[in-house]
Amino acid sequence: MSQDAPKTPWWNDRAIRAILYQILVVGAVVLAAWYLISNTLDNLAARNIATGFGFLTRESGFAIGESPIPFDPADSYAKAILVGLLNTVIVAVLGVILSTMIGTVIGVARLSGNWLVARLASFYVETLRNIPVLLQLLFWYALITEGLPGPNQALNPLPDVYLSNRGLKFPTPDWGGVEWLVLAALFLGMAGTFLLVRWAKRRQALTGKIFPTIRAGIGLILGLPLLAWIALGAPTQMNAPELQGFNFEGGHSVSPEFVALLTGLTLYTASFIAEIVRSGILAVAPGQTEAALALGLKRGQVLRLVVMPQALRVIIPPLTSQYLNLTKNSSLAVAIGYPDLVSVSNTTINQTGQAIEGVALLMAVYLAVSLAISAFMSWYDKKTALVGR
Amino acid sequence: MSDLASHDPKTATEIASHVEEPSQAELHIHRRNAFSALGWARDNLFSNIPNTILTVLSVTVLVWTVPPLLDWLLLKATFLGADPQACRDAGGACWSFIEVKHRFILFGLYPYDEHWRPLLAMGLFIAALAASCDPRLWNVKILYVWGLVLPVCGVLMWGGWLGLTFVPNDKWGGLPLTLILATLGIVLAFPLAVLLALGRRSDMPAIRAICIGYIETVRGVPLVSVLFMASIMFPLFLPEGLTIDKLLRAQLGIMLFTAAYLAEAVRGGLQALPKGQYEAADALGLGYWQKTRLIILPQALRLVIPPIVNQFISCFKDTSLVIIIGLYDLLTTAKTALADPLWRPFYIESYVFAAFIYFLFCYFMSRYSQYLERRLNAGTRR
Repeated sequence: MSQDAPKTPWWNDRAIRAILYQILVVGAVVLAAWYLISNTLDNLAARNIATGFGFLTRESGFAIGESPIPFDPADSYAKAILVGLLNTVIVAVLGVILSTMIGTVIGVARLSGNWLVARLASFYVETLRNIPVLLQLLFWYALITEGLPGPNQALNPLPDVYLSNRGLKFPTPDWGGVEWLVLAALFLGMAGTFLLVRWAKRRQALTGKIFPTIRAGIGLILGLPLLAWIALGAPTQMNAPELQGFNFEGGHSVSPEFVALLTGLTLYTASFIAEIVRSGILAVAPGQTEAALALGLKRGQVLRLVVMPQALRVIIPPLTSQYLNLTKNSSLAVAIGYPDLVSVSNTTINQTGQAIEGVALLMAVYLAVSLAISAFMSWYDKKTALVGR
Repeated sequence: MSDLASHDPKTATEIASHVEEPSQAELHIHRRNAFSALGWARDNLFSNIPNTILTVLSVTVLVWTVPPLLDWLLLKATFLGADPQACRDAGGACWSFIEVKHRFILFGLYPYDEHWRPLLAMGLFIAALAASCDPRLWNVKILYVWGLVLPVCGVLMWGGWLGLTFVPNDKWGGLPLTLILATLGIVLAFPLAVLLALGRRSDMPAIRAICIGYIETVRGVPLVSVLFMASIMFPLFLPEGLTIDKLLRAQLGIMLFTAAYLAEAVRGGLQALPKGQYEAADALGLGYWQKTRLIILPQALRLVIPPIVNQFISCFKDTSLVIIIGLYDLLTTAKTALADPLWRPFYIESYVFAAFIYFLFCYFMSRYSQYLERRLNAGTRR
């Protein structure tokens, strides 16, 4: 009505207020950071600790119990940390695979029409997920190192496989160098299957013809190495572990720490994955199964083509968090002495006093690993997501 | 009853027949049960061949595991008053280990003669927690209860007042420590979590960036590394001469860690609120804080109570990680009790005892969270 509406005073303008608030918050954060950093620098100067990552190239001087790559105390701290990272990755990858398998079985079992099976699966889930994983790790570790006999009376569940308080010993093929060719054939089979699946999908989209990819894939993956093995003269020579003095010689050995860590992490995570799988399957409307059956699809096809693709959409996001949790929980290795990233970093920090660099490095590596896993899973998630309007 | 009698003259016989009828029906049900036990087994255990195979397999597993387990747990076990040698001779579980060590496992290094103090504090604390679980008491009164219980617990634990001897908090341990770390971890993290969640959904890019950065960084690293930071780096952050004790540092670490996870739970609640609620609040001319305090948070937090309880469960389990920086929580005391050379072989008993305590708390909380979920959904279910 009036020509000049009452002008909002500048301190009540939303945009200006927003900028003000942000300047205040950022200022407070910067101030706090500056205060902490200046304190830290003073403290470091007072304790004569040099800053920076120069220590990484120095000789580490400690031995690492198990390492996928050769490592000795004369190697640098950087290489020690790399060994720790590799050990973490090995446990995480195996743990993810095993816990997915066990978790899926338990999750499906909880939905089983068989009362006994469903009860056993519920018991598994309720017990294992309500006990701290660290307690479980310590339990498995104690069970292996205290409960199993020494190498002299090692348990011998399979020929040439020994279980003792020094860990698990098993034979490895010793075919005079040709085992690599068999392994190469296996990879060739996997690559061939991958290409075959792509070709079969394209052909089905174009012509509607279905190619028996599963049978052909299994044939390729198992058949190629078998053919290679026969072609190389079917060698059967094994490098078997043998008791010599107080310990085993030969074969391959897995340490008690590794067995305890992998067992604990796998069984604990599987109890969470089971619940995720169960809720995913329950989330698919029963009408979907009925409709698919009415179309004349077989039971297996219904599961593979109708139920699983829909269940996966519900399953994958929480499954990603479980994979991340498993990877992060592998840091508990420090409590039982498996030389993972945390354990090696901890030793490094204790020896060099470079606490800040050590912890920062540790956090940065875990962040990178977490981001890599989430990125991969969200790519996969997008691939399987519902294509809506 | 009298009403009924006045209307109907034949009530007595009617009532008699009504009394008669259920007993007959019961008989019938009993008779049917005898058959239906078989019918049930056929439906649930042997409906088809794969199912029968599964049943046989499960029974085999049970027969293979349960008798030896019972044998160990009860039949061959030794109970009160047995010494380590008697335990070893019997070959079963050695429950006298728990009898000898339970006070250490439950209370850690707390002075032996003063154990009644943490016990009483724990009792009060658990009673207050249990009371807070009843949705009928979710009002101001529960705050008064906590306002009374917490200082009493503090006095009991620390002492140095009312004739109680002073016990420094590096002597605290066992279950009380686990409870303190978990509860304060959640309670202290809560306000920070709400601010982080609001910040993450804010329109202001700088604030949003800071909140996202904090949440994603903390969620991306393991708790072990946060605890290392708390135990090794915090002392470096503080000015010369100022130190905070180890327990407080661990508590801060757990609090900072929990806040990031809790913030995501709260964000879930904020996102689940219908947009209309925000718009209606804006239409009323409420400012941001009025809108948030009066309209948004009360509804959003109600939605996320079950995830918060779940977060409490993980926090409770995660406190066991303080073993890595050398605090005497329940898991550490269970492990330390084994250091006694006399009782060294009885590690299973020690871990089973600790696991049982953790299990009781976590199982109760997970059941409670399911109950809340049902109760809170009752209004919205169609």
